[in-house]
Parts: sequence; C-alpha cells; structure tokens
Amino acid sequence: MTSAVAGPAVDAGLRAAAHIVAAPDGRGGTGLPVLDGAGPFALRRLRPQGPEAHVRLVGAMSAPLGGDLLGLTVEVADGAALRFSTTAATIALPGRTGAPAAYDTRIHVGEGATLRWLPEQLISARGSDLRSTTRIELAPTARLVLREEQVLGRVGEDPGRLASRLTVRRAGRPLFDQELTYGPGAPGWDGGAVLGGHRAVGQLLVVDPAFEEHPVPPRLLGTTAALTPLAGPAVVVSAVAPDALRLRRLLDAGVTTVFDGDGGVRAFW
Amino acid sequence: MDTDTCAPGAVEPPDGPGPSAARAALLVLADGRFPAGGHAHSGGAEAAVKAGRIRDAATLEAFCRGRLHTTGLTAAGLAAAATAGLDPLDLDDAADARTPSPALRAAARRLGRQLTRAARAAWPSPELDALAAARPRGAHQPVVLGLAARAAGLAPLDAAYAAGYEAVSGPATAAVRLLSLDPFDATAVLAGLAPALDRVAHEAAEAARRAAFEGLDVLPAVSAPLLDIAAEQHAAWPVRLFAS
Repeated sequence: MTSAVAGPAVDAGLRAAAHIVAAPDGRGGTGLPVLDGAGPFALRRLRPQGPEAHVRLVGAMSAPLGGDLLGLTVEVADGAALRFSTTAATIALPGRTGAPAAYDTRIHVGEGATLRWLPEQLISARGSDLRSTTRIELAPTARLVLREEQVLGRVGEDPGRLASRLTVRRAGRPLFDQELTYGPGAPGWDGGAVLGGHRAVGQLLVVDPAFEEHPVPPRLLGTTAALTPLAGPAVVVSAVAPDALRLRRLLDAGVTTVFDGDGGVRAFW
Repeated sequence: MDTDTCAPGAVEPPDGPGPSAARAALLVLADGRFPAGGHAHSGGAEAAVKAGRIRDAATLEAFCRGRLHTTGLTAAGLAAAATAGLDPLDLDDAADARTPSPALRAAARRLGRQLTRAARAAWPSPELDALAAARPRGAHQPVVLGLAARAAGLAPLDAAYAAGYEAVSGPATAAVRLLSLDPFDATAVLAGLAPALDRVAHEAAEAARRAAFEGLDVLPAVSAPLLDIAAEQHAAWPVRLFAS
C-alpha cells in the first residue's frame, strides 16, 4: 500500500511512509494486520510478550537527511497492545540542499488499548535541520508509555537545528503539548532557562486512567530531573543530562518511581 | 514552529476590539507596579541563581533570551488569543497542557487570580467576570492577561508584548535582588532583548490570528526543560525569597 518513493530531483529528498495497525487477534493476543514500510522504515515483527505485539524499526540510523519527508501512522485498535522500539538511534544529518527534514508521526490508541512507544535516541548532527511532529490521540481508557530522548550533536560536535512538537490529546481534550527547539535558530537554547549546557534532554510520558484514583505526587530525581503529574491522568519524567547514557539512567529511575508505587499502573510496565 | 522567521510588521491589523486606539492602557497593564502580584515571582531566576546558571549580566541575558523564546512565546500566544476573543476556558486547558510542572501551574493560577482582581477593578468586563466565575481558583495568568487587554481595548499584539515582556522583566528584576546585580546592567539586558521581544510578540500575534481559523493547536507550545525541572526543586525549598 505504501512505499518509499524517491523524491523529485529538485528537492533531492526521500519521501517515505509507514503504516502500522495493531488489533486484537481473537485469541487473547494482538495481531498486526498492517505492517507496511519501506526505505528507512524497515519494520520487523518481534516475538510477542503476552498480549502485546512488538514492532521494531530496524536500520533507521542514516535517516532522516535534510529534505526527507517521513511519515509514520500507527493505529492501536480497541483492546490491542503494542510495543514499538528501534534497533538504533536515529541520526538527523544534513542533506545536500540545506532543506529541512520532516518526520511526522500520527498515532491513535483506542479504548482499552495500550501503546508502549520506546524508540532509541534521536541525535541531531551538526548542520542538520529536522522538524519532528508527533500527534497522539488517546481514547478515554487508552494507556500510553512514551519515551523521547534527544541528543544534541554527536560526541564533541555542535548540534544541528532540531524542532520537535509532541501533542497528546485524550478524549478530544489537550493533555500534553510541548514544542522543543534547539541549536542554530533557537535563541537562548543553551542558556540557563532551557538546557544550561546539557546536551541530552528527554522525557517519559505515562498516561493511564488509573492515575485518576491513584495520583502520583511530584518527585525530584536528582538535580536535573523531576517526575510531575500533568493536569490530567498522566505523569511525565523530564530530564536533562550531559550525555545519552546519563539521560537514560535518569529516565529509568523515573520509570521505577512511577511503576513501583502502589497505584494501579504497576502491571502496565 | 519557526522562532525567527516572523519579521515585525508581518501581522495584519488586529481584529480585537478598538484597534490600537487604546495603546496607553498597555502602559498601565505592563507596568511593574500594576498590583497583580508579579513582583513576588522570579520567573525561575531564584532557582537558576542557586544552581549557578545565572551568575552575572551575561548569564542573565542567556537565561532571559531562552525564557523569552520558549515559555515567553507560549504565554504571548495564549494572551494574544484571549485578546482576539478565542474561548478563554479552552485557552486555559491549552495552558494546562503546555505546563507540565504542577508548581508552575499553581503559580500561573495564583497570578491569574491576582491579575483578575486588579483587572476587574481597572477595566470592568463581563468576560473577566465570567472567567472568574468559571475558574474561582484562578485561570492561567496569560489567559487573564489577554482578557484584561481585551477589556482595556487593546489589541492581541499588545497582549503578546505584555506577556513577552513579563517573561524577561521578572527574572531581570529578581536577579538584581538575588545577585546584587547592578540595576543598570539588568536594564541593559532588557534593552538588548527588545528586538527579540518584537519578533516574539509578532510571531505570537500571528499564531493567535491563525488559531481563530485553524484551532488552538497552532498556538506556540515551546517549553524549556530546565525551567520545569527547576520549578519543582524550587517549590520544595523550605525557605524562598520568591514564590516561583
């Protein structure tokens, strides 16, 4: 249905789309009736864990280049459970034309459905220009774990320009809306209000209706990370760190804090 | 999403009430002595000073520039949209979604409540009354600011200016007290940021104009990770000079 199509010569970019549909298989598990991707989107079906299907994106390391337009659409049907991961970090690289790359992800999670969205880091290499947009619509009883990690420059390298927007709506209402812009063209991004010299920034967002009855209080996780409840039934662990490894440790500590509580979300992880 | 492409002048004439005839009211609204409680808040500067991220005029400038282009732009967009007549309760929800830190949500609502009181005295308005009734514990301050500007006959761009200026004037004023920074240096920081404030205010007003047709999702949602994290730390201090 979808496929990678080489862009016209004028923009020298790749256009690629992928589509994932997860739905109950009728035997207590989750099937993947649509798993469709090409080009940089090589999708693999991994061994399911219990009722949860697992899709892994492999070979994503060289995309997106400047000028590329990548689109990923994910539907987790009512009652389904899906885990999404990647084999490697995604590196945004400069293209030949200086045009920005766009990475557009649309996700819908249905009633009683669960999505664990756990990709590896996004690395913004020097000279790159990436606009990433992730838009998630959650049904009222949907559950979500989403990890997002951004690394600004490879080791010893200045970052490119990175602009990412994550919009999560639940039951048609805004739950979490966040835009992050770093690097050239984002004034003050390295100052004391935004990153303060840190080069890795990330968050782990957990949405679960169980938080309505078992709210989680805010918690500090060291001096550069915090777990905070949102205005709806969700918590976010936000962290900055000198590098990707230390960022992951902070987010993992946040996971432990969220899921080792006595709330109803424990079994979810 | 671009933060640097909107040149001053790119915004069409505002369609709020009383197109720019009431500019002088902006001086009243944006005056640091307007009794809306802003002086008790440092805009994250107190936590940043303690962490060593603001040490002098140069680091104050970097802090303020980052705050202006992140949460300042976001607040300016919400304020401009409220002045333009978009639904304040929807804008209040949008502000919640843009404020992951509960300490900052509480501060924004406390400031919103105080501003509501002052604005209702200054520019009585059924819209401010309705918002106060619907959000008795306070709506997010930028939404109230935009509605106050509307009641004063100001334009969306004016409200964006007021919100953007607050994003930098609060930390600059606080830094004078926290660091014993020379007030002349702090004022020079603010003056140096004026061209950036021009761009941010116009970008916010343009987003508000689009939001009337395309929905609130086109309003800026730019966030500053350290402001959120540090606000939670600051809220846990036993003794503070500033409320946030």
